[in-house]
Amino acid sequence: MQFEMSDDRQMLQDMLRRYLSENYDILHRNAVAYAAPFHDPDRWRALAELGVLQALAPEAAGGFGGEGFDIAAVFEALGGALCPEPVLPVAMAAPLLMAAGSDLETLLDGTRRYGVAIGEAEAPYSLSGRRASHEKGRLTGRKSVVYGGGIAESLLVAARHEGGGIGLYEVDAADAQILPYGMIDGGGAAEVVLEQTPATCLIEDAEAALQEALDFGALALCAEAVGAMDAVQAMLLEYLKTRRQFGVPIGKFQVLQHRAVDLAVEIEQARSITILAASRMKEPDRSRHVAMAKALIGQVAVLVAEEAIQMHGGIAMTWEAPVSHYAKRLVMLDAQLGDRDHHLRRLAAGYANQG
Amino acid sequence: MDLSCSPAEQAFQGQVRAFLRDNLPEDLAGKVRGNRPLSREDMDRWHRILSRQGWLGVTWPKAFGGPGWGAVERHIFEEECALACAPRIVPFGPNMLGPVLIKFGSPAQQEAYLPRILSCEDWWCQGYSEPGAGSDLASLKTKAVREGDHYVINGQKTWTTLGQYANRIFCLVRTSWEGKPQQGISFILVDLDTPGIEMRPIRLIEGGHEVNEVFFTDVRVPAENLVGEENMGWTIAKYLLLHERTNIAGIGFSMQAFEALKKLAQEVTRDGKPLSEAEWFATRLAQIETDLAALRITNLRMLSKADKTGAPGPESSMLKIKGTLIRQALTDLSRRALGPGAAALPGTLPDNLGLVPPEHEHDAAVYFNMRKISVYGGSNEIQRNILAKTLLEL
Ligand SMILES: Cc1cc2nc3c(=O)[nH]c(=O)nc-3n(C[C@H](O)[C@H](O)[C@H](O)COP(=O)(O)OP(=O)(O)OC[C@H]3O[C@@H](n4cnc5c(N)ncnc54)[C@H](O)[C@@H]3O)c2cc1C
Repeated sequence: MQFEMSDDRQMLQDMLRRYLSENYDILHRNAVAYAAPFHDPDRWRALAELGVLQALAPEAAGGFGGEGFDIAAVFEALGGALCPEPVLPVAMAAPLLMAAGSDLETLLDGTRRYGVAIGEAEAPYSLSGRRASHEKGRLTGRKSVVYGGGIAESLLVAARHEGGGIGLYEVDAADAQILPYGMIDGGGAAEVVLEQTPATCLIEDAEAALQEALDFGALALCAEAVGAMDAVQAMLLEYLKTRRQFGVPIGKFQVLQHRAVDLAVEIEQARSITILAASRMKEPDRSRHVAMAKALIGQVAVLVAEEAIQMHGGIAMTWEAPVSHYAKRLVMLDAQLGDRDHHLRRLAAGYANQG
Repeated sequence: MDLSCSPAEQAFQGQVRAFLRDNLPEDLAGKVRGNRPLSREDMDRWHRILSRQGWLGVTWPKAFGGPGWGAVERHIFEEECALACAPRIVPFGPNMLGPVLIKFGSPAQQEAYLPRILSCEDWWCQGYSEPGAGSDLASLKTKAVREGDHYVINGQKTWTTLGQYANRIFCLVRTSWEGKPQQGISFILVDLDTPGIEMRPIRLIEGGHEVNEVFFTDVRVPAENLVGEENMGWTIAKYLLLHERTNIAGIGFSMQAFEALKKLAQEVTRDGKPLSEAEWFATRLAQIETDLAALRITNLRMLSKADKTGAPGPESSMLKIKGTLIRQALTDLSRRALGPGAAALPGTLPDNLGLVPPEHEHDAAVYFNMRKISVYGGSNEIQRNILAKTLLEL
């Protein structure tokens, strides 16, 4: 067994980290993350030029990665810098376009931005229960909280077709009604309203491809969380060592020591489950492992956010303290692509059918 | 043992309900229900309505213009107000300084300031914490040096809640460096218009402006503004904190939030049925209801004890710990009930987006803002230290 990252991936991750620390510091990040269009087109192009998007797809599709560990390496670095750029939709669109046999060139060079529109208000997480529907080349329905939807040129939409199954359709964003807004944890999303909107069918029965995209997206979020949690832990430890009350650094109080240790243990657990899930992305039990990872990440990320705030005291309640922005991302990330309850229930539902 | 309200208490409850029904403006209640920020005018309006009724200084005896309520009546009043979504009383004047002046103030101070609190002419804020003195409040450094009939104040306070609306601040200042740090602290009243004071906003995690930094440079304050004796500020501060702590438990707010959450669970459809019918979610609701029902009785038990002994004991720390955890659990569950839509940033949403029920657009912001309640008023860690020492004698 071998848990080191391959040299290529390590190089990519180091390069991305360096780029972000030099070009996407927290002040720039906050300026971008909470005001329309909630992304920075120049930095987006730069990320594409660095090859960050190509790392999310295999060579056969014009990329140079696309494996679980490639996704993890990229998103861990993005999470560490709290980068609000819409890279997640690329990680999800890549497997979808590949399954459809479409060309990925403009996706991977960053010139065409995609929004992946699967969730709906009344069925935010599960694939069943889609209401949006397809009839004779047109889509009707509403897709909810589409990340990066406000700036997308193309939308990949899941909708029920005439036969009752769920298909994958491509919609030109200019043909749909897009209602963009910001997110409390930074970045932008949109409601996508479709009313007899012209659409191209990419895959007729797309359940399997959609599940794969959801799994890749969830894995990306897990890795993002690990990167963000490492950053928070570093901030917390630094603060525990330097903030003094009652004549000593607060890190000398045993109750805080124990809680910081508990966080360290949980973060290692979170890292492990993410590594495990990344290693299963080509296996038949991929979804189960992703469910475990996202469920555990959901628990741990919220715990890390809440405890980091509490142990910092008032200072972490301020906009000026970077830890507050990390905490917001770590908490809200749970609500993206299935929260811990959703994924635990997915896992639990499988037990009755297992031998 | 009899947990039912006495006929007198029931009558009182009816009186409070009738008052709220007839006097609480619906637009204010709507803002509170929807967790939307209240303006200074909103808060002031409600204070004035209460003041007209004689119900603003809820802890004050009749002789000073208060209603003369006991702890149980106060509890009923606070619970009914919270359930009706009345704005909370901004506590610094009526609930903090008022009781302090009544207990420690000179007759001249009582005469000068108490009526102005009740008439809403004065808006007070609390100048305790400093950048270097949070949990370790006694290490505060802002100093007041006696020069003739004035004190000259230099230093910095921080976290001053709603200071941007205030015209006066009560401060803990250092008047002596001898002995234990607690022994050199004084309690002083400062007019914020005095030259040398600068207030700067602090933006909170969810973006709101509710706290401030206050800088003092050679601020000359008349010596008669000292409350109690020089260097007895710590005694006053402890007295005041005890009052602050019970309010922080916020049981009424939690009861209101629980009702709102139950309703939300019925409104939100998840995978074809209301969330309230999803066992995994309903179980979480049941857990919170149970914790809250127990805390309500714990609170009442402590209140009736305090009514007999005259003062809340260290048990109030228990109420603070459990009360804040329950309030936070409620905001956590509301945010989760909303799913991904909870993250939509208020202020950037197109009109009539319909992503989440309008009353819940601020739920995630409130979740983050409510992290403060386990930090301020003595953090929950400090409360546990107090309980370990005083109650458990460890
Ligand atoms: C929104 C908000 C509003 C506020 N409003 C006011 C106001 O109006 N007026 C005012 O004066 N102050 C106000 N405060 C300040 C508040 O009282 C302080 O934040 C609080 O006392 C904690 O101090 P601190 O933030 O400096 O944290 P610190 O004291 O630095 O604590 C950091 C961490 O160390 C822990 N810790 C500290 N000492 C110990 C110990 N001995 N054992 C174990 N753990 C310990 C704390 O629990 C915390 O987890 C406000 C704070 C906030 C966040």
